[in-house]
Amino acid sequence: MTSAPPADARGRARRSRGDSRRGDNVFFNLSRGSGVLLLVVMAAIAGFLAYRSLLALGKNEGNFLTTFEWTPDATKPVFGIAVLTFGTLVSAFIAMVIAVPIAVGIALFISHYAPRRIAQPFAYLVDLLAAVPSIVYGLWGVLFLVPHMDGLTSWMDQYLGWTYVFDQSSTGVPPRNLFTVGILLAIMVLPIITAVTREVFRQVPRMHEEAALALGATRWEMIRTAVLPFGRPGIISASMLGLGRALGETIAVATVLSTNSVLSLHLLDPGGGTFAQNIALKFSEAQPLGRDALMASGLVLFVITLLVNGAARMIIARRKEYSGAAA
Amino acid sequence: MSSTATITDATPPQLGHRLTAARLPRWAPAATAAASIAVGCGIGAAAGLESHVQWGLISALLFLVVSYTLSASVEGRRQARDRFATSLVWVSFVCAVVPLVSLTFYTVQQGIDAISPEFLTHSMKGVVATLSPDGGIYHAIIGTIEQVLLATLIAAPIGLLTAVYLVEYGRGRLASAVTFFVDVMTGVPSVVAGLFILSLWNIALGFEYSGFSGSLALAILMMPVVVRSTEEMLKLVPNELREASYALGVPRWKTILRIVIPTAIGGITTGVMLAVARITGETAPVMMLVFGADFINSDPFNGPQQSLPLYIWQQYSQINNDFGYQRAWGAALVLIAFVMGLNLVARAIARWRSPKGGH
Repeated sequence: MTSAPPADARGRARRSRGDSRRGDNVFFNLSRGSGVLLLVVMAAIAGFLAYRSLLALGKNEGNFLTTFEWTPDATKPVFGIAVLTFGTLVSAFIAMVIAVPIAVGIALFISHYAPRRIAQPFAYLVDLLAAVPSIVYGLWGVLFLVPHMDGLTSWMDQYLGWTYVFDQSSTGVPPRNLFTVGILLAIMVLPIITAVTREVFRQVPRMHEEAALALGATRWEMIRTAVLPFGRPGIISASMLGLGRALGETIAVATVLSTNSVLSLHLLDPGGGTFAQNIALKFSEAQPLGRDALMASGLVLFVITLLVNGAARMIIARRKEYSGAAA
Repeated sequence: MSSTATITDATPPQLGHRLTAARLPRWAPAATAAASIAVGCGIGAAAGLESHVQWGLISALLFLVVSYTLSASVEGRRQARDRFATSLVWVSFVCAVVPLVSLTFYTVQQGIDAISPEFLTHSMKGVVATLSPDGGIYHAIIGTIEQVLLATLIAAPIGLLTAVYLVEYGRGRLASAVTFFVDVMTGVPSVVAGLFILSLWNIALGFEYSGFSGSLALAILMMPVVVRSTEEMLKLVPNELREASYALGVPRWKTILRIVIPTAIGGITTGVMLAVARITGETAPVMMLVFGADFINSDPFNGPQQSLPLYIWQQYSQINNDFGYQRAWGAALVLIAFVMGLNLVARAIARWRSPKGGH
């Protein structure tokens, strides 16, 4: 126990430094490894689906892009994504047209209009509703929403039938159509769009708002001149996140929509299909070629959602830098 | 503005002139709303419209028009526009509340009848599902719990380590690539994750349907969510804590394990639980990979299992009569209660143990 550390302790110190370096190395590689694993999984998803798709496309006797039928297991295998692409895009489009304005309204309500006592619990409620499983939305959609849509669709057929789009060719059938699906999807993506938009609205610099109000702007003029321009990229990217959800939604669409392989612009007629719904419904009876064909359609869906989500994230990332500078 | 006008015109100020413009009384919006709802319902009932959706739409439209015109005639156009925007925001609030409340109430109302001790403790084995209201969801509950647990065991460590990499080590192109693809991965449709595991696990590697292959797909859906939330939490840990630990000579990995992660553990737990809540309700991958069974199979590695979302789907689509619907609603209520409960607990933990301060 003298002032100079004994050789033993020095040795232990060196050993522990060696340990810590090894520990650091192991930990660093572990954590980097899991990051790399995520990238590998993404690449593997694309790779495996592409491989199985190529197998299927080689045996397809129709044009994959323009064929309406989906009969890959027939003696003459024919399948195409025309109906699915149309159904997916149209239902997602209807969902966006309905959900985006309402979601912006709710976000404004929470961030600028509601009394604080209501705003907080309501924001919380909206977040909770994002967690409702889609099968429950589907069950509610087909057993509650569809019967309640009856009156509305026949009314639209009657007064808006001249637009062709809202013309119902056969009345009296339950409205298990793309329009109802669009409304259901709108309800389902509302929470996510609201959540992201709300966060962006909260970041609006207080000075901008107060400056607008000090110049005599009404509340609406303040929102139009200060809040909305600041939040526009946020609204766009939130909508695209919601769009990604709507495009990929499977089981709710599968419960509500009645399927047939008809491409019809009459949105109120039952029928049509979407990528995800087609996969879910056709999967159980599919033969090996049928499964590969479904994977081909899954690959198309994967690429579409990848593009939509990637674009949304890029817009958000750009916004982040900008808002950091402005704050 | 008017004061400059009075000065140049040199007219004496009038005694009776009011300083403020005319305003509608405070109760006007509420009164307008009540009146338009009453009139809307009246029109709906009078015209014999069956769908209450239409009643609501008519009321909303009336509310918007009346509040605009009323305000325009009393207060002027700028105020009227402001009132219109306010009304619009309130209408959108109601538009959101109505379906969501209806969903919750309808599920509770339909599901509560189905739930009984028998329903919770029996499987569907030997039940003629199309003809009798018997049977239960015990096998589905077991399957869901096992599959979700396995998925969590896979996804949570990987997600946690990835988040540690991004926050503590991440620099350069690899880190930004991981960040970007984690974000993109949150948007991968569940059905695509299912197809991928199917092609890899079941077709290429030749495994059978089992609870575990469902867990693999669920893990893919869960990983990015865990990474995102954990990353946010780790960023909240104050840098001073890390620096203090380094200054004491503690190696980096130990600092992360003993200082950083324990500080953020509340938030991390919350993130994992929210991710669990999200994958519990996933139907599509389970449908493809777990296949579904009527009997109790508590071995997730062998043979088909059941799960709650899949059970609901099968009761609806395969049984497709009132007996099936009732069981589906019962299972839906259990599922919602489970997910909501998880959410509430997760948020309570977040509030209780969130890292305070920091930058």
